Amino acid sequence: MDNARSMELAVGAFVAAGLAALFVLAMQVSNITAFQQSEGYTVEAYFQNVGGLRERAPVRMGGVQIGRVSAITLDAQRFEARVALTIDQRYDDLPSDTAASIRTSGLLGEQYVSLEPGGMPDALAEGDEITLTRSALVLEDIVGQFLYNQSGEGE
Amino acid sequence: MIVRLRQLGAGTLSATTTLGRAVLFLLRVVRGSGELIHRPGLLLRELYSVGVLTLVIIIVSGLFVGMVLGLQGYYTLVDFGAEQSLGVLVALSLTRELGPVVTALLFAGRAGSALTAEIGLMKATEQLAGMEMMAVDPERRVVAPRLVAALLALPLLAMIFTLLGIVGAYLVGTSLLGVDGGAFWSQMQAQVSFEDDVLNGLIKSMLFGVAAGWIAVFNGYDCQPTSRGVSRATTRTVVVTSLVVLGLDFVLTALMFD
Repeated sequence: MDNARSMELAVGAFVAAGLAALFVLAMQVSNITAFQQSEGYTVEAYFQNVGGLRERAPVRMGGVQIGRVSAITLDAQRFEARVALTIDQRYDDLPSDTAASIRTSGLLGEQYVSLEPGGMPDALAEGDEITLTRSALVLEDIVGQFLYNQSGEGE
Repeated sequence: MIVRLRQLGAGTLSATTTLGRAVLFLLRVVRGSGELIHRPGLLLRELYSVGVLTLVIIIVSGLFVGMVLGLQGYYTLVDFGAEQSLGVLVALSLTRELGPVVTALLFAGRAGSALTAEIGLMKATEQLAGMEMMAVDPERRVVAPRLVAALLALPLLAMIFTLLGIVGAYLVGTSLLGVDGGAFWSQMQAQVSFEDDVLNGLIKSMLFGVAAGWIAVFNGYDCQPTSRGVSRATTRTVVVTSLVVLGLDFVLTALMFD
């Protein structure tokens, strides 16, 4: 009888350890807390070129993360990339003339959307469009421009 | 020439009938496994021998696989000045691939072979036939609890393996290689997604559990009832499970991660 009880105990501990491991993986290793904060509002921004921006990339203002990129699609009429930004409900008072630009964190880091606050009194709301945008820097373009300038100076 | 053709035909036929028997066998066992709700003691005992006793090898290899991944990943990443991403590298490799696959391979060696040998010996010593004489269905009494135990144990083992691997890499990375612990976790949390990575790894390990359990109990149940037959069935379990797990992993990876 004692044997059966210790076996039950061992199996119970095993199952508990497995479930605890899954729990830790969910809470500590992955960003499950980040997608739970889905209560937020979504605004759109159009970029000529999003470079290497990916979905779920952070949206930052002043270096602080305030939301995530929720979707990137191509607008079939404007032929520009439409980026949907889901911004945390806590920051519901961003000026309506806020500007968005795509930046890179560090030299090799991932790309994120940086928001610069404007000065308008009214706030951005669900479905609004951010009109002031600056596209991602494409390294090839910069190098090309640099070489062009260099050759111009040489003459 | 004719002989060769005939051999090919016979081989194909026997492979197909074996596969058919295995599928019918699985269906019968699954249909019979509903009774386990009334007899949890049977399942408990199998969970002990299949899950708890496999825990030691899973814990040790999880830690060591994680530590090796940490070392090797560091040497590659440090050339690009990206050693902060060590956590991402280790966590993604473990949750997506190494956790489920290595656990399934170890499981086949530690638990699958034992299942096959046990059932095979029961058959060889005519215990299964004896059960049938007493109107006890051995598929429900012997096979179903073992299959369900394998199915339940493998995902749990894979989660433990993955977590310990990450912990092992963290220990090596922070104490031995000087990676910043905060960056290790924060970059990992930013890059690893629960739905895409952890959940897909869990689904993978569940499917591997079905495959490993099924192959093990079927080989035991289907073996030649001799000592040679049992030994061959045990070997076949380990080989076939390893190949199926690796092949299935490729297919699942291609389907899950685009």
